[in-house]
Amino acid sequence: MNTLKRLLFAATFLLLSLSASYAQDAGALVDALAQGSFAERGAAIANLVGSGSPAAVPVLQALSDGNLYVRMADNKVFIVRDDGDNFKLLDPTTGADAGGADKGGFDKIKVNNALREQISNAKGGLTLLSGDAKTRKDALLNILKSGDASALPALEKAIGTEKDPAILALMKSAAAAATLKSDRPESEKLAAIETLGKISDRDTVSLLSAYADTVDGVLKAHAQDAADRIATSLSSWAVVQNIWYGLSLASVLLLAAIGLAITFGVMGVINMAHGEMVMLGAYTTYVTQLLFKAYVPSLAGYSLIAAIPAAFAVSGLMGIAIERGIIRFLYGRPLETLLATWGVSLILQQGVRSIFGPTNKDVTTPSWMSGSIDLNGGLSLTMNRIAILIFACVVFAALMVLMKRSSIGLQMRAVTQNRPMANAMGIRSSRVDALTFGLGSGIAGLAGVALSQIDNVSPNLGQNYIIDSFLVVVFGGVGNLWGTLAGALTLGIANKFLEPFAGAVLAKIFILIAVILFIQKKPRGLFALKGRWVDA
Amino acid sequence: MDRRGFLKSGIALGAMAGAMMAPQFAFAAGETIKVGILHSLSGTMAISETTLKDVMLMLIEQQNAKGGLLGKKLEAVVVDPASNWPLFAEKARGLLASDKCAAVFGCWTSVSRKSVLPVFEELNGLLFYPVQYEGEESSKNVFYTGAAPNQQAIPAVDYLMNNGVKRWVLAGTDYVYPRTTNKILEAYLKLKGVAQDDIMINYTPFGHSDWQGIVGDIKKFGGAGKKTAVVSTINGDANVPFYKELGNQGIKATDIPVVAFSVGEEELAGLDTKPLVGHLAAWNYFESIKTPANDAFIKEWHKFTKNDKRTTNDPMEAHYIGFNMWVAAVTKAGTTDSEAVQDAIIGVTVPNLTGGYAAMMPNHHITKPVFIGEIQANGQLDVVWQTTGLVAGKEWSDYLPGSKDLIADWRKPLHCGNFNVVTNKCGGA
Repeated sequence: MNTLKRLLFAATFLLLSLSASYAQDAGALVDALAQGSFAERGAAIANLVGSGSPAAVPVLQALSDGNLYVRMADNKVFIVRDDGDNFKLLDPTTGADAGGADKGGFDKIKVNNALREQISNAKGGLTLLSGDAKTRKDALLNILKSGDASALPALEKAIGTEKDPAILALMKSAAAAATLKSDRPESEKLAAIETLGKISDRDTVSLLSAYADTVDGVLKAHAQDAADRIATSLSSWAVVQNIWYGLSLASVLLLAAIGLAITFGVMGVINMAHGEMVMLGAYTTYVTQLLFKAYVPSLAGYSLIAAIPAAFAVSGLMGIAIERGIIRFLYGRPLETLLATWGVSLILQQGVRSIFGPTNKDVTTPSWMSGSIDLNGGLSLTMNRIAILIFACVVFAALMVLMKRSSIGLQMRAVTQNRPMANAMGIRSSRVDALTFGLGSGIAGLAGVALSQIDNVSPNLGQNYIIDSFLVVVFGGVGNLWGTLAGALTLGIANKFLEPFAGAVLAKIFILIAVILFIQKKPRGLFALKGRWVDA
Repeated sequence: MDRRGFLKSGIALGAMAGAMMAPQFAFAAGETIKVGILHSLSGTMAISETTLKDVMLMLIEQQNAKGGLLGKKLEAVVVDPASNWPLFAEKARGLLASDKCAAVFGCWTSVSRKSVLPVFEELNGLLFYPVQYEGEESSKNVFYTGAAPNQQAIPAVDYLMNNGVKRWVLAGTDYVYPRTTNKILEAYLKLKGVAQDDIMINYTPFGHSDWQGIVGDIKKFGGAGKKTAVVSTINGDANVPFYKELGNQGIKATDIPVVAFSVGEEELAGLDTKPLVGHLAAWNYFESIKTPANDAFIKEWHKFTKNDKRTTNDPMEAHYIGFNMWVAAVTKAGTTDSEAVQDAIIGVTVPNLTGGYAAMMPNHHITKPVFIGEIQANGQLDVVWQTTGLVAGKEWSDYLPGSKDLIADWRKPLHCGNFNVVTNKCGGA
C-alpha cells in the first residue's frame, strides 16, 4: 500500500516535472529559431515541429509572416504586434501578453524562400486535423504541390476521419502525391500515379514529370505517360485561354478607346489629352481610396465603386473646361487642335507630378477582385480581368442607350451629323459640344478607374494608351461606336494570338502594319459611316 | 494628398526654382564650385530620377554645412533633360561649356549616358553615373558608381543556382541594358551546363501593361518538373502590372521566384507587396540594412525631404559614394581641374552605407558588396544572402566573345578604356 502510494507520488511528480520541462523545452526550441544561419534555422524549425508542441503552429505562422522577433539583450524570442512606435509582445509558447517594448531593442528573425516552403509544408502536416475546412484545404493543397512524404502517416489518419467529400477527395490526391516520394512498395506508387493522372492541372504535370526524372523502369514510364496525358489535355485549352486573354485585352482597349470614339470619332476633335483624362480618373480612384481609408476604413474595400462616379465627374468636368477654354476656338483646324491638346496633356502630366510626386501610387485591389478562378486546371481567369470585362460591357451598353434613347444623345448625333441644320432646329450646338466632350472625357475617367487595377497609377499612365486608342478608333471606323467595339475585339484577340509566336514587341509591330495596310484598302475603317456629313 | 502636403510641395517647388536661379547670383561672386545635376524631372524617367536630384541637393547642402570644398561653397546647377535623350546631350553641353561645372552627377538609362558621352569626352568633363548598367564601356570622363553585370546579375544567378534552380526565364524590356545583360547571362548559364531548352528569353516593349499571356507562358514553362526562376530586367513602369499579374495568377515566390535588377524600394512603394513576399532583388544596397551610417543617412533624408515615408535606394547610395569620392579626390588634388581629379580619384576609398568601403578602380568602376534581398509585406527587402567580400566592377564581360580580351586601365602609362591583352593594342577587338 505504502509502496503504491509512493509510486503514485513518484509518477505524479514525474508527470509534473515532465510538463514543466515540456514548456521550458518549447521555449528553448523557439529561442533556437533566432540563432545561426538559414540552414541552422531550418533545423530548429524541424526540431520545433518534431517536438509536437502546440506552440509550433502560431510560432511558425508568425515566423513566415515576419512577426517573430528576438530581443537582442537576452536572445529571447517573441511574437510581436506592431503598435505604432512600440511593439506589443506576446509570449510565443503560451500566447500570453508579455507587455510592450521599444522597437529598437529587437531584431527580426528572417526567413528565405526555402524556409518559407519548409514552414508551409510543416504547417500542412500540423493543421490537417484543424476544425476549419479552409485551413485543412490549404494544408492539403500544399502537400499536393510539394509531395512531402513525411505528411503521409498524418494524411492516412486524417482520411479516416474526414467527413467533407470534396476535402476527402483532395486528401486522397495529396496522399497519392506523398506516396510517390515515400518508401512504399511499387504497387502503391503505381496506384498513386493512377490517382494523380486524373487530376488535370499544371502542378500535377510538374509533380509527375519531376518524379519521372528520379525513377527508372515501369514507374518512370507510367509517371511520364500520365504527365504527358495531362499536358496534352491542358494544351487543348490553350486556344480558349488565348481567346480569354484577347477578350480581356480588348475590354481594356475598349474602355480606353470608347471615350475617344466620341470626341474623335463623333466630334472629329483630335484630342491628344485623352490619355490624361484616363490618368486623372486613375488618380481620382487613388484619392477616393485615401479618403475612404481616412474616414470610413470599414468600407475601404468598396472605395472603388465610389470612385466610378467621382472619376467620371472629375475627368468630365476637366473635359468640359478644355473644350470651353481651348478647343471651341479651334474647330475645323485639326493641326492646331492636335498641338494645343498635346500641350494640355503635358501640362496635366506635370501638374499631377507636382501635386502627387513622380512615383507610382498604390491603389489596393479589393479582396473581391484579387486571385483567380481555375477552370478545369487548364484555364485560369483572374478576378480583376473578369471585373474589368464586365465593367467595359456595362459602360458600352450604357453609352449606347444614352446615345440612342436619350434626348441629349439625339442632340449630340444631330449636331455632329449636320450642325447648321441642328442649329436651325433650335439646338444650342455649343452647349452640346461641351457636353459631348465632357461625356467622352468622363468615360476616359472610367477607364482610369479600371486601369488603376492593372497598371501603374503614375503621371505617364495615359501616354501608354493614347496610341492604342487611336488605333482602335481608326481601325473600327470613325464615328461608329459598334466599330470601336469590333476594332477593340479584333486587335485584342489578334494581339494575344500573335504574342506566343512572335513575342510582345513583334506582335505590336505586326498589328500596326496590318492596320496601316487595312486603312490603305478601307480608309474609313471596318464600319464606315455613309452620309453627307462624313467629309464635313 | 492633404492641404499641408500640397503646401509643402508648393514650398518645395519654390525652393527648387530658387536653387535653379541661385547660380546667377553666385556667378557674380565667383567664389563657388559648381556641381551639375543632370536628371530628368519630367517625362517617363522622372519617376526614378527626381529622387536622385533631391539626394544630390542634400549631399551638397551637407558638404556646405561642413565648410564646402577647398574653402569654397558648392553650388548645385539643376537642369531638366525631360527624359529626352538628345536633350541630355544639349543640357550636358550647357552644364560644361557655359556653367563650367566641375563635375556632373546624372543620367539613368544607358541611352541617356550614351547620348552625353561624346559631349563629356569632347569638353573633358566629369560624369558620375549612379545606375547599374550593362557594362561594355569605360570612358576616361565617366565614373560608374552603379553595378556592372558581375556585381549584380552574375551573383544573383549564382545564388539561384545554388538554390536548385534548373530552368531559367530571362525576361526584359526591349532595349540595350536588358539585351546585353541577357546575352551575358545566357552565355554564363550555358557555360554552367544549362541546356538551350531550359532557357526562355522574352522581351517586351517599354511600359508593357498586358502581361497575362507572358505570365501564363512562364507558368507553363515552370511546370516542366524542374525548379524554375525568372531573371527580370524589366524596367520602369512595366514592373507594376507584371507583379500584379504574377500575384493574381497565384505564382508565389516558393513556386517560381523572380529576381529583379531594376526593382527597388521606390518601385515597390507603388505596389501592394503582400502577394509578392519572397520574390527577390539583387542590389548593392538596401534600405533595410542596419548600420550606423545607413541609419544616419535615412534620418537625414527624411529630414531633408520633410517626409518620413520617403524610401532610399541603391542609386542614391551610388550618388552618396560618388559624391564623397569626388570630394576626396578634389581635396587630394587641391583643384577641381578635370585632369587632376581624374588622376587623383583612382584608388580613392570612401565608406559606403552598408558598413564597408568603396574604392575607385583604375577602370573607373568601384568595389561593392552584392546583396540578395527578398521582398517583405511592408515593401522593404530583407537581405537573405551577401557576398563575403567586396566585388570589383568588371566593365568588359568575360562571357562575351568580343569583350573577354579587353581591359580598361586609366592609370598612366596604359591610359586606355579598351586595351586588348591579346593584340596588346588600345582600341578594342
